[in-house]
Order: sequence, then C-alpha cells, then structure tokens
Amino acid sequence: MSFDKTTVARISRLARIATTPAEQERLAGELGGILAWVEQLDEVDVAGVAPMTSVVEMNLKAREDVVSDGGDAEAILKNAPSSAHGFFVVPKVVE
Amino acid sequence: MASTIEGATGTWEYVIGLEVHAQIVSKSKLFSGASTEFGSEPNSQVSTIDAGMPGMLPVINMTCIEQAVKTGLAIEGTVNRYSVFDRKNYFYPDLPQGYQISQFKQPIVSEGRLVIEMEDGSEKVIGIERLHVEQDAGKSLHDQDPGHSYVDLNRSGVGLMEIVSKPDLRSPEEAAAYVRKLRSILRYVGTCDGNMQEGSMRVDANVSMRRPGEAYGTRCEIKNLNSVRFMSRALEYEALRQVDILEAGGTVAQETRLFDVGRGETRSMRSKEEAHDYRYFPDPDLLPLRLEQELINAVAASMPELPDAKRHRFMAEFGLSPYDASVLVAEKENADFYEAVAEGRDKKLAANWMISELFGLLNKAGKEIGESPVSADALGELLDLISDDTISGRTAKEVFAEMFETGKAAGQIVEEKGLRQVTDTGAIEAVIDEVMARETQKVAEYRSGKDKLFGFFVGQVMKASGGKANPKMVNEVLKKKLDG
Repeated sequence: MSFDKTTVARISRLARIATTPAEQERLAGELGGILAWVEQLDEVDVAGVAPMTSVVEMNLKAREDVVSDGGDAEAILKNAPSSAHGFFVVPKVVE
Repeated sequence: MASTIEGATGTWEYVIGLEVHAQIVSKSKLFSGASTEFGSEPNSQVSTIDAGMPGMLPVINMTCIEQAVKTGLAIEGTVNRYSVFDRKNYFYPDLPQGYQISQFKQPIVSEGRLVIEMEDGSEKVIGIERLHVEQDAGKSLHDQDPGHSYVDLNRSGVGLMEIVSKPDLRSPEEAAAYVRKLRSILRYVGTCDGNMQEGSMRVDANVSMRRPGEAYGTRCEIKNLNSVRFMSRALEYEALRQVDILEAGGTVAQETRLFDVGRGETRSMRSKEEAHDYRYFPDPDLLPLRLEQELINAVAASMPELPDAKRHRFMAEFGLSPYDASVLVAEKENADFYEAVAEGRDKKLAANWMISELFGLLNKAGKEIGESPVSADALGELLDLISDDTISGRTAKEVFAEMFETGKAAGQIVEEKGLRQVTDTGAIEAVIDEVMARETQKVAEYRSGKDKLFGFFVGQVMKASGGKANPKMVNEVLKKKLDG
C-alpha cells in the first residue's frame, strides 16, 4: 500500500500534528516504506488462526472496587498551562 | 399512537435506534482507584490515569465488569466470555488521554432484548444489539468565562455501559417506553442509578424516516439527550425536518446533531463531522478480558426478580390489571412497598390505595416513596379498618390525608375524631326514620315510581350520620324501609 499526500494530511489533522506540504511529501514516502515493511507479514499463512490481541498467555489483572486514589486537585492541575477555581481552563469549545 | 407522519406526498414512518450510556454503580472508576461520587469539588477525584499522564497503566475494576455482566443477563443478552478493550481516538478537551478506552469488535454482551409496554396495554419486543463497557469523559463548562471553557475531570474514567438497541423503535412513544423500561431494569439490578438529571444516564438517538415497509433512509444522530421528554421532542422535531427535506426532493445528510432545548430544535454539530474516523485498535495496555463461567453463574444467581416477572406475578397471583401492575413495578421501591401493604390483605384494594391515594399525595408533596410519611404497615392498618367495617372507604380517605399530614396511626385518628362507623342496625334505622319523616314529599315520589331518588336518600342519611353510617347497611335498611 502506498501513501499519498492527502492521506498524510488527513491523519496528521486527526492526530493534531501540524505538517507542511513539503513534510507531507516526505512523510508519504516514509510511511509508505513502513507499511511495505509490515506488509511482509502477509506472506504468513494465517488461515484458521484467530486474530491475536496479545502475545502473553496471561489474564487481565483486576483490582477490587476500593477508592485508593485522587483527592489531590492541586497536583493534577500542576502541569496545566492555565487553571482557575480548581478547573483546567482551555480555549472556548462550544457547539 | 403517532408512529407515522402524514406529509404532503404521503405517509412516513419513524425508524429509531437508541444508544443509552449508563454510568456503572461502583465506588471507584473503571481503570483507576479514584472515587466516582457525584458533585464533589472539581478535579478532586482524579488519578494520574484519569488525567492521561504519560506512563500510567489502567487496571480494570472487576466490580464494574460484574455489573456489566449482571445488566447483560437482565436484558437477556449473551455474555461473551472473551472480550477486548479498544482505543477510540478523538480529541476533545475533556478527554485527556486523547482516546477513550471502549470495546469495539468484541463487546462483553451481545444480542439482548427488552419488552416495552404501551399505554394501550400492547407489548413489543425491542432487540438490543450489544452492551459494551467504556470510560466516561470529563465535563466541560462553557458558561463560566466568555473566552474560555472550564474542564473538570472528576467524571473522566468513570465506568459506562453503552447499550445499543436495534432500529426497532417506530415512534417517539416507543422510544420513551424503551428508555423508561431500560432505566427500570438498571435500577432493579442496581447497576446504574438511572439519574438523568445528574447525567448518569444519557441517550443518543438515531432517527431516519421512510415510506412504511421500504428500506431504511439516511439517519441522523441526536447526541446527549438527558431526559425522556426532551428525547421525544427532539425526535418529533427531527422527523418533521427530515420529511420536509425528503418531500422537497432533497437528501438527508448523515450527521451528528444537537438538541437545543431552548429553541426546541436540532442543529448540526459541525465539530463532530471530521471526528468520525476513530481509528479503533486494541488497547495495548490491556489484555483481553476472559470471564469464567462460574463468575457468570454467580452473577446470575444473585439476580433479583425483574420488572417483567414481577408484573406478570402481580397480574397472575394478585389479579391486578396490566395497567396497575405496570405502575406498581416500574420502581422497585414502589413494588416492595406494595407487597408489604398487600401481604395478607385484599390485593386490589391495596393496589388502588397505593396508586390513587398514596401516589397522589406523594406527587403533590413532591416526595419519593422512600420519604413517605405513611409507612407500608401504617397504610396496611388503615386498609384493615376498612375491611373490618370500622370505617367506610370515604372516611378512610379523610383519615389517610391526616395520617399523611401528621404521621399518626389510623386507629388513633379514628378514635380521637370518633370516626368509627355506625354498624348498629338500631342506630341506622333511627337516622333513616328521621330523614324519611323530614322528606315525606320525596318518599311519596319515590314510592310512586321515581327510583332515582334512592341515591338522594342514601346521601341524606349519610349526611345525617356525619358520614359514619356503614354505607352497605344504609343501603339495605333504606331499601327495606322505602319499599316496605
């Protein structure tokens, strides 16, 4: 599968990563190369093998339903570029 | 029932499917140990996982999973012993991770069903496509500051069940009945509190219009409806909008819309248009979820009697009408109260008193059954006084109003006010003689064939006895005296 500039522009927008047309050109080539490399996996015959989401033979670790975290709004807001009255403050987003 | 709309060019039919987001009742969040309590100080219930800090790993809360299994069994779904958590990627300020952990291809529950009852007593089975578990997002406040939005992450990461119906609903009334029934079931099994005002249950409605019997049209999705009434209004508005477009020869654009409560109309949410490419993929932080059959069996064994079963039992064993049974079982607290009142007493009498008297006064006072000033035992005592002829049904209503007002026991009120019914034949005869002596003219009319006057005499006798004469005995004795 090859990548074109339009696809790169779309996914960079979806990922909120700004790209210039020149970068899109370069990235189309690079991403195309990565995909071509991964596509080698198509050579393996996986007929009758269930899709795999994990390679470890382990069950999902679970926890008990107890409150053991939170309670420190100050720490949570510490890295916020802007905050007020305990809230994160962001540019207006209205529908 | 308005399941169709008459347009200028003919009849159109609704096709509605609902996605209900139900917050799971649990102490801590789906993947973190922060509290789920509603209404706390902003950002006071946020772990570094909920805030999307780099390097944090989610760990599943098993209680949330058991709650989802319980709900799945309650909607008669298939609980899948193998399910997978995926990342649903999109950007929004109240989603700090940049993705929501959800389930896409392999949900925890598939293929359920739910029976709705319409006002005319008819029933309809509505298919449920799936139930999956996911994280809730934070909350944005837009009215605090003219140029900024405020974000509170307390809700971020709270466990949600998304319950997706099949497009089986054919009118806003059916959609409303579905939401009410689902809410009732969730509250019975205790997996969601169903509080729509606080947002613990929210509905997205998919609606399209078609000519009856033809293929589905293009649908629109109306997001975030937080009351049954608003949902019905949004569906009605959206149906007319789509019919107008279709009849003018246009095509409906598939899009996400928002219901503006103030204006009573839906409008396009442009911001969502590009966001539809969610690029789902299995979350590499989480292994697949495997459930032991023993766990599913244990959850099934802990299941309470569900509203449908209770309703049928009330009809079959107690002889209640479908309407009365539906009203009584809708909320588990009401059904429990009713059963306590009805135990060892006349079932229909108990149902009538609950529905017309108790619910009437509770409504007027704006109270829930849990806050009722009259307990089930106290109401039972009042019904006993009616059944053993201590007081008449009419007097009982006065007594009940006072019980509701003062919290006093029925027997005490009856004694204090001397409301004990007169069942002594001699005393009743005396009152009747007195009335007949006064109304000689009417007695003559009655005896010459004006039967209708009988009611008048009953009224006069009851009045003369201060409402305390036993009405049944008054009827009997009066008939004998007038006819004799």
